[in-house]
Amino acid sequence: MDKKFVISVLGMFLVTYVPRFLPVFGLSRVEMPSFIKSFLEYIPVAVLSALLFPTIFMKGNHLFISYKNIFLIASIPTVLVAYKSRKLFSPVIVGIISYILISLVIN
Amino acid sequence: MIVNETKNSINGIKSSFPIVLGYLPIGFAYGILGTKSGFSILQVVALSLFVYAGSAQFIAISLLSSGTDIITLIMTIFIVNLRHFLYSTSLSQYMKRINRKHIPILSFFITDETYAVSITDLKENNEYNEKYFYQLFFMSYTTWVISSFIGAMFGSFLNGSVNIGLDFALPAMYIALLLMQISGYRKVFISIFSGLLSISLMYILPGNINVIVSAVIGAGIGGLIDIWTKNS
Repeated sequence: MDKKFVISVLGMFLVTYVPRFLPVFGLSRVEMPSFIKSFLEYIPVAVLSALLFPTIFMKGNHLFISYKNIFLIASIPTVLVAYKSRKLFSPVIVGIISYILISLVIN
Repeated sequence: MIVNETKNSINGIKSSFPIVLGYLPIGFAYGILGTKSGFSILQVVALSLFVYAGSAQFIAISLLSSGTDIITLIMTIFIVNLRHFLYSTSLSQYMKRINRKHIPILSFFITDETYAVSITDLKENNEYNEKYFYQLFFMSYTTWVISSFIGAMFGSFLNGSVNIGLDFALPAMYIALLLMQISGYRKVFISIFSGLLSISLMYILPGNINVIVSAVIGAGIGGLIDIWTKNS
């Protein structure tokens, strides 16, 4: 395990642990400004969308909106199941199965 | 009284079942992708042991294997995992009852799923103590670590590339997590805005910086809309 990897894991551990730990440990007694509260409220949606959109709408560094884009097509049933269930398990399974089926058809 | 107490008290092991079911395939997929991307079994499992955050680990694997520098990597993981701050804030009012010495340990195990399950249980039931958290968190963590280990083993035995649909495990998880978070038109708007901004920034910014920049701008705009509309 090289040095860069060890430093990366340590860094990721810290930046993940501190936001988990601070509020339960006592920061909850400090009243946060309402802008920060709202900002934090939107962070999950903003991050997940910033990650998701390029993954399904792009290939490499360019837009790829076509029926040949397997990621995009497989997203349709996944979104529907995710919208219905609002859970993690079934959309992931449906997504993976659709992806396999669609890539068999398209290739 | 005793009978009543056991009847009403919540069981962390029982509550962990849906999480265990969800973590098994995702941990397995993470493990396979990890070793398929050129990491050792030990490295793949180390991330599960010390970071313990599904989407962040997938992202870390893809950033590390594309040679992203440490600062961008850690900043991205920080932003991606900042949502735990919210979960922790929300759980703090329920964890007040528990002896503070447990908090540094228990808080490590807060994830999207353990938060969602525990907050639902705690809202409905008053009969709980630290045992509930230890049971729920231990089951979830162990499942995550073991399933990523099995996936990593499996991935290291596979030769060449095989399409078992795992390329799509990560986007599918983003979709599922996103739809669990979205409620109301404002969040839909911020989602589309941040997503489109992220795509646009791919054309002008190097590496994966587009993710942090568009997430901060998107959430910032959401925050501004909220405070501007509060007093009207």
